[in-house]
Amino acid sequence: MLIERKWKKWIFFYIPMTVFILFTLFPFYWMAVTAVRPDPELYRTWRQASATPFWTLEPTLEHFRELLKTTAFPQWLWNTMLIAIVSTIISLICGMFAGYALARLKFRGSEFLGTAIFVTYLVPQTLLFIPLADIIREMHLGNTPWALMLTYPTFLIPFCTWLLMGYFKTIPKELEECARIDGATRFGAMVRIIFPVAIPGILSAGIFAFTLSWNEFIYALIFMSSAELKTVPVGVVSELIRGDIFFWGQLMAGALLGSIPVALVYSFFVEYYVTGLTGSVKG
Amino acid sequence: MANVTIRNLNKKYDGGFHAVKDVNLEIRDKEFVVLVGPSGCGKTTTLRMVAGLEEITSGEILIGTRVINDLPPMDRDIAMVFQNYALYPHKSVYQNMAFGLQMRKYPKDEIEKRVREAADILGIGPLLERKPRQLSGGQRQRVAVGRAIVRHPQVFLFDEPLSNLDAMLRVQMRVELKRLHERLETTAIYVTHDQVEAMTLGDRVVVMKDGWVQQVGEPLELYGKPANKFVAGFIGSPAMNFVGVAITDLGGVLWADAEGLRLKVPPQMAERVRAHAGKRITLGVRPEALHPATGSDHADYSFDTAVDVVEPLGNEILVNFRAGGAPMVARVDPAVRVKAHQAIRVALDPERVYFFDEKSGAAI
Amino acid sequence: MVGAGSAAGAALPGERVRISRLTRMLESEKLLAAALLAPGVVILVLFIAYPFVMAIWFSLTSIRVGDAGEFVGLANFTKAWSDTIFQVAFKNTVFYTFWATIFKFALGMWLALLLNRHFRFKRLIRASMLLPFIIPTVLSAFAWRWMFDPTFSVMNWLLFHSGVITDRLPFLSDGDWAMWCAVLVNTWRGMPFFAITLLAGLQTISPDLHEAAALDGANAWHRFWHVTWPLLMPVTLVVVVFSVIQTFSDFQLIYVLTGGGPANSTHLIATYAYQIGVASGLLGEGAALSLFMFPVLFAVVWVQLRFMKRMEGH
Repeated sequence: MLIERKWKKWIFFYIPMTVFILFTLFPFYWMAVTAVRPDPELYRTWRQASATPFWTLEPTLEHFRELLKTTAFPQWLWNTMLIAIVSTIISLICGMFAGYALARLKFRGSEFLGTAIFVTYLVPQTLLFIPLADIIREMHLGNTPWALMLTYPTFLIPFCTWLLMGYFKTIPKELEECARIDGATRFGAMVRIIFPVAIPGILSAGIFAFTLSWNEFIYALIFMSSAELKTVPVGVVSELIRGDIFFWGQLMAGALLGSIPVALVYSFFVEYYVTGLTGSVKG
Repeated sequence: MANVTIRNLNKKYDGGFHAVKDVNLEIRDKEFVVLVGPSGCGKTTTLRMVAGLEEITSGEILIGTRVINDLPPMDRDIAMVFQNYALYPHKSVYQNMAFGLQMRKYPKDEIEKRVREAADILGIGPLLERKPRQLSGGQRQRVAVGRAIVRHPQVFLFDEPLSNLDAMLRVQMRVELKRLHERLETTAIYVTHDQVEAMTLGDRVVVMKDGWVQQVGEPLELYGKPANKFVAGFIGSPAMNFVGVAITDLGGVLWADAEGLRLKVPPQMAERVRAHAGKRITLGVRPEALHPATGSDHADYSFDTAVDVVEPLGNEILVNFRAGGAPMVARVDPAVRVKAHQAIRVALDPERVYFFDEKSGAAI
Repeated sequence: MVGAGSAAGAALPGERVRISRLTRMLESEKLLAAALLAPGVVILVLFIAYPFVMAIWFSLTSIRVGDAGEFVGLANFTKAWSDTIFQVAFKNTVFYTFWATIFKFALGMWLALLLNRHFRFKRLIRASMLLPFIIPTVLSAFAWRWMFDPTFSVMNWLLFHSGVITDRLPFLSDGDWAMWCAVLVNTWRGMPFFAITLLAGLQTISPDLHEAAALDGANAWHRFWHVTWPLLMPVTLVVVVFSVIQTFSDFQLIYVLTGGGPANSTHLIATYAYQIGVASGLLGEGAALSLFMFPVLFAVVWVQLRFMKRMEGH
């Protein structure tokens, strides 16, 4: 082990680490404080003195109450959850199947397809949103949850396929060969042997896909117009700013509530998420 | 219960690699046949074609009287034990063994009965509820074998099943497999790169190299009458000694000459060797057919040399020296006292000398 | 007895596993591959390949909402090219991508090196460091916008009361300031991604290498430069490619933070394309604006593919 002196450790480790932590977490702290700060305290200009700038002595749930009373926030949460779950499931199924085919089956054009799927992985949503909105309208999917449930997989499937293909390749192929000799079909060996063994990989892909769906904004902004069909990010943007007026208390309350589900899912599966994240960029 | 017939079997990969070349093999019912050869010789590919895991480029494979070329593995009624055991990691030992029977929709009590029987035979009864990762290497090996035998298949296939075990366990499992085969009496095809395994397990042994079958025969037949230089060198440990010699005909008596070495061609070989008079061929002699010369050894079958290295193994001594420009090993009785660099006269057993064609390597 | 292979109940010679004809067809490797790939490919073709073709078609016509328009050739592109707002947006996009990527990479690398050490609460700290990447960008961007608020900014309050400034800083009310703020927020959001992937790369480097280098007399900087950095190159390149694509095509952050303002000075290509294509309904022009991103993205992807090919070669 390399030994270092105490003061060196402070300069090279504790101080920078503390700055990183403050920088990373302060916005969330501020979000939380704002959400419970009463309005008079909230709208105090930058010149005014303040006894308690970084916390409040009179925490209030007023903003949350207003948020739930004046907007369809619970409905947005439910929409976001439903859309994230369904699009994740669709993407996982497609990704498991395609990833397996690309990792294990020999067929003409498999290399080309692998590359093609990787390329679609790199296509950003903002490149195609204008014609896609038109296609969604033509298919009569506009303003229905299916508009998002079917379009989110466009950026989730390539990712899931890519990640799971890598995972499947690490599973010894003798496992499924043995299953096939034992009397399973190719499909049966895949479903009964390979998929159960790949559960950690599937979970990683699923968690990552879920957070990506929860985060998606531009498709949701364009494809959904009714207030009660919106997702949390879109709802907060479009319903909590009236004209030029920002309702900061409610906005931050909404941001906080909208972050909690995804943060919870993340906290339960940190390790899987990290595997998914690091796997998402592996070649 | 089935014999396995392999006819003109070929495997060419997409890249053009010709892995298996024109293999013909008739495996009798209840026979234990071992395919042996160096890595890349096509033995595993042949086995995988029998299993249905590899497509057949040309030729036929029959189990019983049925051509199985186009049958998927599940319809071939075979069981296979893999080198890495391929135990399903998410299933318990019991579920691992039951899986094949479940896939074939056997009734529950029949499955239970068969798994228990197989577990008893292999001594893994107490492990049935464990997961594969909780087992030692030897235990995994037994489970893999157990999974194969509960199925009562027509043919067992083994793909280097003992390679991942340590040396002690390997010897023990080898004996157990042999005992198991005697008990089950099921046709078995066994692939290994280890010639000792091949010799001890096989009713018959198939030696392969570069995709070709070199020789098929009972173990002692391969040892005693190798068909060519490759088989002669591959079977037996330490390997047979080879030295290039020129054959000269001196008044009807044939002599094999090499640098500092002149040996008489034994009379029983003379007939066949005569055609090669004036040409170079390869002489082969096994280490166990060499010994320090004594008074009773004929001068025509002995030569002088100096000991290089001595390897005392306890039950025998390996004496390394050079003769005719080639390194040689003699396997001698431990009672014999020899030292490194000591001059020595070595005699060979004229009954156990082999000659091989220089080019083709075929036995003469 | 197991002793007899032909005991009652054993499979008869020629007995097949009972499955339907359809599943039997899937024993063919090619048919199975086709069946497994079909669902994913259908979705990708329908919602990526098809819109891509449509985007090109749109960009060549004067289509707008409620009007199919007509073929106009490259008019949309030439119009955009001479459009001063677009010129600003394009410059902004390059500026934003360039600086944000540099900061994300530098800070991410630093953070990764810090996180690669042993310390208390390491797992908790590492997990919380990823929060900016997890929390929906739109929501966290609002928190930043609130922190940058012209009148109620906590940052101005802090700087003023600590005596650093005497007048408030125009965080989002000045175009230049606003672009730097956007770079800051993007760095804040993307840094964890760099840190965690680089950390994963760091963890694959055997500590033996560092100890060997230390024994050879290399100091910390030399160890980083000669051991860590070359071994991190592959993962670095991939992460940078991903980040460049995401940043170059970014939309949500600017949309929330400035909405392109003040006076259209902070538009990115994507936000301007949205304003023209969706807010103003000029689909053809909007599609053309979006497609201006394509050459850059294509070049980056091409580099990435070339690199992957080379890695496979090794």
